[in-house]
Amino acid sequence: MAASPAAEAGEHLDGFNRDQLSLFLYQMVLIRRFEEKCGEMYTKGKIRGFLHLYTGQEACAVGALNALAPHDKIVTHYRDHGHAIARGLHPNAVMAELYGKVDGCSGGRGGSMHLYDASLGFLGGYAIVAAHLPLAVGLGLAAKMQKTDGLALCIFGDGGVGEGEFHEALNLAVLWQTPVVFFCENNLYGMGVPFGASLSTEIPKLAAAYNMPAVSVDGMDVLAVHRATQEAVAHCRAGKGPYFIEAMTYRYRGHSMADPELYRLKDEIEAAKRRDAIEHLKADMTLAGWLDDAAYEEVAARAERVVEEAVAFAEASPEPGLATLHDRITKEPANG
Amino acid sequence: MAEMRFRDALREALREELIRDPRVFLMGEDIGLYGGSYAVTKGLLDEFGPERVLDTPIAESGIVGAGIGAAMGGLRPMVELMTINFSFLALDQIVNSAAKLYYMSNGQINVPMVIRMASGGGSQLAATHSHSLEGLYAHFPGIKVVCPSNPADAKGLLKRAFRDDNTVVFIEHTALYSMKGEVPDDPEFTIEFGKANILREGKDVTIIGYSGSVWQASRAATMLESQEGISAEVIDLRTLRPLDIDTVIASVKKTNRAVIVEDDWKFGGFAGELSAQIMERAFDWLDAPVARVCGKDVPMPYNRNLEFAALPSEEDVVDAVLAML
Repeated sequence: MAASPAAEAGEHLDGFNRDQLSLFLYQMVLIRRFEEKCGEMYTKGKIRGFLHLYTGQEACAVGALNALAPHDKIVTHYRDHGHAIARGLHPNAVMAELYGKVDGCSGGRGGSMHLYDASLGFLGGYAIVAAHLPLAVGLGLAAKMQKTDGLALCIFGDGGVGEGEFHEALNLAVLWQTPVVFFCENNLYGMGVPFGASLSTEIPKLAAAYNMPAVSVDGMDVLAVHRATQEAVAHCRAGKGPYFIEAMTYRYRGHSMADPELYRLKDEIEAAKRRDAIEHLKADMTLAGWLDDAAYEEVAARAERVVEEAVAFAEASPEPGLATLHDRITKEPANG
Repeated sequence: MAEMRFRDALREALREELIRDPRVFLMGEDIGLYGGSYAVTKGLLDEFGPERVLDTPIAESGIVGAGIGAAMGGLRPMVELMTINFSFLALDQIVNSAAKLYYMSNGQINVPMVIRMASGGGSQLAATHSHSLEGLYAHFPGIKVVCPSNPADAKGLLKRAFRDDNTVVFIEHTALYSMKGEVPDDPEFTIEFGKANILREGKDVTIIGYSGSVWQASRAATMLESQEGISAEVIDLRTLRPLDIDTVIASVKKTNRAVIVEDDWKFGGFAGELSAQIMERAFDWLDAPVARVCGKDVPMPYNRNLEFAALPSEEDVVDAVLAML
């Protein structure tokens, strides 16, 4: 006898409670709404520079970041708004940063690709592809040498796999048995080049070749991402060295706001949207009796309020003073 | 005070800093079992163990990046790259991460790391192993660039580098490793960055060098005095960033002439920068255009005579001084 849909959902939800999933759902909806608003504000000229939206990939950030402890460190790529928000950076501070304002999480000096909050262990978006992979090894090395059980989560895209630093970092991490979770968000395109045209093999095989455990998970399924990251985190905390996760995902928008998207068909995007992570979780929670339309409307309304407030906050925040241009180039005892 | 070689003075600095600060550790290519390609780290693996003296793979970008991460994580790493020429493989990490994180993060993240590398020609190692690129690193805001010229400075500046909260690119001229000199043995002896050293006082011309070129400048000053009766002031910059321009300007205002000596290529190099700053701040005091005595504008040749011809010599410095008097 085939299992009922409710039973299937129940199995899928195994090990998760309602509060946890409500949080995941809210964070994913918040990130999506935040990103949509960013796109809107970019077209209005409020946000400038390069803007890489995370829409479609929310399950990766929410599933992975929620598996960490407060003393863990995170370094990520330049499509970093979702990771920042999932780590607990206030959307006000992220939006103000995109506006280049003084209350931004980087004081208006970093912009979209360079978000930081050291107090939360969120040590940056990195806009040189794969440059942060060796940094993660060093962060893991520091945790190990200081004899903490902390670890580094290193998020990067499939585009980073072709860089030499990917290979140097994986090798070093295994050699030194550093606690690093390498988390590859494979969204199938390195800008406009299809993944299959830029790598001669499969990503987890590369990691396995360096002798670390490597898995590939459905990056459109927040629960699968979360379970895999929990496994990786436990591995690192047990002192067993690095762990590699590939999350198969998809970005709904172009590489950046400047992308005319000549390299893929609308059908492909629509097909990916049928696997949408938010819809997926909504359906599971509804079948489990943990969500109904009214409850979802509340989640969506709350996210909307938070995003609107972030915009208002960013609008009201002052520009950095021109007199600060030369401040904090190097750290000196006087500027502490 | 004890007489020791430049490389031993560096090793003493490393030893003392490893003892002083448990956050300090060393990593690099062949610094452990091999003892360092210029024997600077010889014996340190035995003394401090493999947790604090790490042999690394040949992966410059990876190990400098790991050093940045370790520094962000609360440690005080020193990364040794065999030569400055290999540092190109790590240039992105140095320039885009180490130099910029403090500014980009609005002061939330700093990278206290020392990157040591050897530079300079004169050993017939040809074009990929012989260049002096101090000026390249001095170009980037956010890092400090240190170029000692003698054993005491090597120790005092290296110890100071470990106490800095930023990335310090510490560049050692290969021709100096065996140089002997008196070195203070006080473990608290350090030399402040941005303080040039007036090696010799004079009144007719100011000759400015750093690292190995200080000695061409110094020998030229001796020749000028004994052969021509010309009194030259010699300034050792010690650090290019921060740059002690005040000491240079004060000297030029006294002597009214300046010659800059460096091994690096003249075109687009640090001597051009320094020359411009002198012109901007002491134009009215100059009796002649600032002269630059630099490496020739060629990839370093292997042949001994050609290599010699490509590097600035004390005779070149003397000629430059005579031409401006």
